[in-house]
Amino acid sequence: MSGLAMPKPDAGTLNRRAEIVADMRIIVPGEGVVDTANEMRAFETDGLTAYRQLPLVVVLPETVAQVSRVLKYCDERNIRIVPRGSGTSLSGGALPLEDAVLLVMSRFNRILAIDYPNRIVVAQPGVTNLGITNAVEQEGFYYAPDPSSQIACSIGGNVAENSGGVHCLKYGLTANNVLGIEMVLMNGEVVRLGGSHLDQEGYDLLGVMTGSEGLLGVVTEVTVRILKKPETARALLIGFPTSEKGGQCVADIIGAGIIPGGMEMMDRPAIHAAEDFVHAGYPLDVEALLIVELDGPSVEVDHLIGLVEAIAYENGSTTCRISQSEQERLSFWAGRKAAFPAVGRISPDYYCMDGTIPRKELPRVLAGMRDLSEKYGLGVANVFHAGDGNLHPLILYDANVPGELDKAESFGADILRLCVEVGGVLTGEHGVGVEKRDLMPEMFNQVDLDQQMRVKCAFDPNHLLNPGKVFPQLRRCAELGRMHVHRGQIAFPDIPRF
Amino acid sequence: MTTFTPSSPAEVLSTVQWAAAEESPLEILGHGSKRGIGRPLQTEHTLDLSKLTGVTLYEPAELVLSAHAGTPLAEIEKLLAENGQQFAFEPMDYRALLGGEPGRGTIGGVLASNLSGPRRLKAGAARDHILGVAAVSGRGEAFKSGGRVVKNVTGYDLSKLMAGSWGTLAVLTDVTFKVLPAAETEVTLAIRGLLDDAAVAAMALALGSSAEVSSAAHLPERIAARVAAGHLGSDAATLLRVEGFGPSVVYRIEALRKLLGKAGPLQEIAGEASKTIWRDIRDCAPFADGGARPVWRVSMAPSHAHHMVMALRMQAAVDAFYDWQGGLVWLSMREDDPEAGLLRGLIRKFGGGHATLVRASASHRAALPVFEPQPPHLAALSARLKAEFDPKQILNPGRMAPGAGSATLPRSTEGAAP
Repeated sequence: MSGLAMPKPDAGTLNRRAEIVADMRIIVPGEGVVDTANEMRAFETDGLTAYRQLPLVVVLPETVAQVSRVLKYCDERNIRIVPRGSGTSLSGGALPLEDAVLLVMSRFNRILAIDYPNRIVVAQPGVTNLGITNAVEQEGFYYAPDPSSQIACSIGGNVAENSGGVHCLKYGLTANNVLGIEMVLMNGEVVRLGGSHLDQEGYDLLGVMTGSEGLLGVVTEVTVRILKKPETARALLIGFPTSEKGGQCVADIIGAGIIPGGMEMMDRPAIHAAEDFVHAGYPLDVEALLIVELDGPSVEVDHLIGLVEAIAYENGSTTCRISQSEQERLSFWAGRKAAFPAVGRISPDYYCMDGTIPRKELPRVLAGMRDLSEKYGLGVANVFHAGDGNLHPLILYDANVPGELDKAESFGADILRLCVEVGGVLTGEHGVGVEKRDLMPEMFNQVDLDQQMRVKCAFDPNHLLNPGKVFPQLRRCAELGRMHVHRGQIAFPDIPRF
Repeated sequence: MTTFTPSSPAEVLSTVQWAAAEESPLEILGHGSKRGIGRPLQTEHTLDLSKLTGVTLYEPAELVLSAHAGTPLAEIEKLLAENGQQFAFEPMDYRALLGGEPGRGTIGGVLASNLSGPRRLKAGAARDHILGVAAVSGRGEAFKSGGRVVKNVTGYDLSKLMAGSWGTLAVLTDVTFKVLPAAETEVTLAIRGLLDDAAVAAMALALGSSAEVSSAAHLPERIAARVAAGHLGSDAATLLRVEGFGPSVVYRIEALRKLLGKAGPLQEIAGEASKTIWRDIRDCAPFADGGARPVWRVSMAPSHAHHMVMALRMQAAVDAFYDWQGGLVWLSMREDDPEAGLLRGLIRKFGGGHATLVRASASHRAALPVFEPQPPHLAALSARLKAEFDPKQILNPGRMAPGAGSATLPRSTEGAAP
């Protein structure tokens, strides 16, 4: 690990490993407990493969009662837990800890209910994102959030990370498409948030759980909203001589009241890498390539294609192709969807960043990235969810060259600092995890972080659930609980009247 | 009795710090337009945010707007309209129902009560559009959460936690919302003369089509006459709103006509007439009679709610109409008794959901849980959260539930499937 400090393993827990493994086998009988180093190797990392760690033991429960008993057992004995879905997190959210039980939810893989009149699907958390769509697509329905890992990532993991995708500008993130969950708290209590109705009663704990990165509870059931598939979709492939012109085109499309189903931009290095890889027919003489997808009834799509085409020309586009068939639309997307592996071909390793910026700051941030690229001597290719300002810079490096991973990480951190500086945020959809944990103070001061930790204290006061993730520094809840305001020490000892 | 009227976030902070040190509870107030919702408060002091005003950032091309919490919603909506934009979640105006001057309410109140409207079905509520907040906790700590961009998973979403917290966790000083283009055209297709069950089936069919219906409401016979100054007539009206670009709206209305042609007589309502109908449904105009009889707002699964209403009618005299494809039920009790136990029992029996007693006398609101009681584990979790943010119970204490974060159900209902 390159200098990442994780919570110090608890010696008592490590010493009691055999006993804990035996107890886990009682709670989860059969094949549900994995404890040999060889078999646990498959779980030592997630999508952030630079970091690896074998867990204390891997437990794969099958029932809510088992999850509850495992958590209660660990809570009573001060044993840490790391929850894991499919392990596709790009921020190390499911990175194991040496002294923690790795709770793998992959056996929760059944769809429990499909309800077309109410347009909901109830699924266990280990069902894949695409698995939900597969279950309802024969009737013409789908689940809208579509992270690029959708073939593998689990719906429970989507809740933990508040996953997005290329369509979330129009259709929202996970948080906007989940109606309810059942979850188990660290003390073993089972609670339901929301359900098949709209809006949770009381505090919006469902909203807080979504994107909480496995630190607040373990999701055991998810109710999502499904939508009818749009009648048709067509795309425009538009090239620009500068990223500024591309960025202005995006602003003008939205300014015209058009919210496309998807709007993606790539810079020159990403265009070239993708074209070399999949031969999508991308123009190679442009600095920025924009894919605009419009979906809905064909009469609407045709109408809007005309408007977008006109906006593109006004902004000095040098090429503009409009898909005339479903095959051509998919070919426009082929390069974008293959951008990551394409970049993987031109560089031994790449490091994917995930900042979000106000769209208008794109030229400034791209220029800043070029400077940083020179400073660190590492290449960078950019793909960009242009509609919502979510950047995915891919930093090119070679892990076999000593020091290059560290350099790539420093480069990445500088990019994220730049995103925050222009009014953006550290992570748009990949999560904080361990990767951006130590950058949290770039965006939040200690008081801000304390409020977030107070939420944690209400759910898991002993910091046993997924510790070492999200928060740069763990502070004891008792210490946080002290009031720092005392009589006579404040600015207005008398009643102030403004 | 002191009323604090801070005009800057720093003054809000000083006030809350003072109240925390004195352990002196505050009623947190914007315009007070929703003051009649929740358990009546008995606080010595009031923190009035109506002078903490001003739009601090509005960038139409970036689809973002920030304002101090006390900024009037009406002022912001006017600004958005001038730029062809809107809050897509269509925040309702409680004033018609609760009495008083219309058009009041602050942007902070919009979030604190998680307002929405008929478009909730497709576009979400305030919780789905909030991007960031700045607030002061009951500990007298000023904090921020979120940002000004849509895609953001940096840290816990405390902005959503503020949605529907009714001023019991923190005092909002600033909010940042996503804004969206207003639709160019809107047309409403009405199916006339349906009973509740046929109406719910027709709405499910429409919402399950690709016609992108943005709102679906059912006004039973006689209730229909209470919107749009009676222009709709008194026959039951099942209303489907289609919004967007002109050619698309025409096409989708035609698709709905084909789909629902056999359901009953169809009628098209366009432009301002359509807008008026949806505004009246949004604001619960059918029950805005200037009276004080109990009115409930119930959220259930769309196809379940009318069964609950039917069962309720067998035991109590109620008027009802439906929004959100049938999932939002507005209930007006004809007698003075809110029948809270009966109603909530039936909601659980027919698939679960929640009921809020949005209009009732102070004595009913003091005696009954206004907000849906929660099972014990969830209620305890809510109470722990309240204690973390407001350990001295100085922010709207007891408004959502006596003494803690939320009301509690008997233990036997814990973990029951909704």
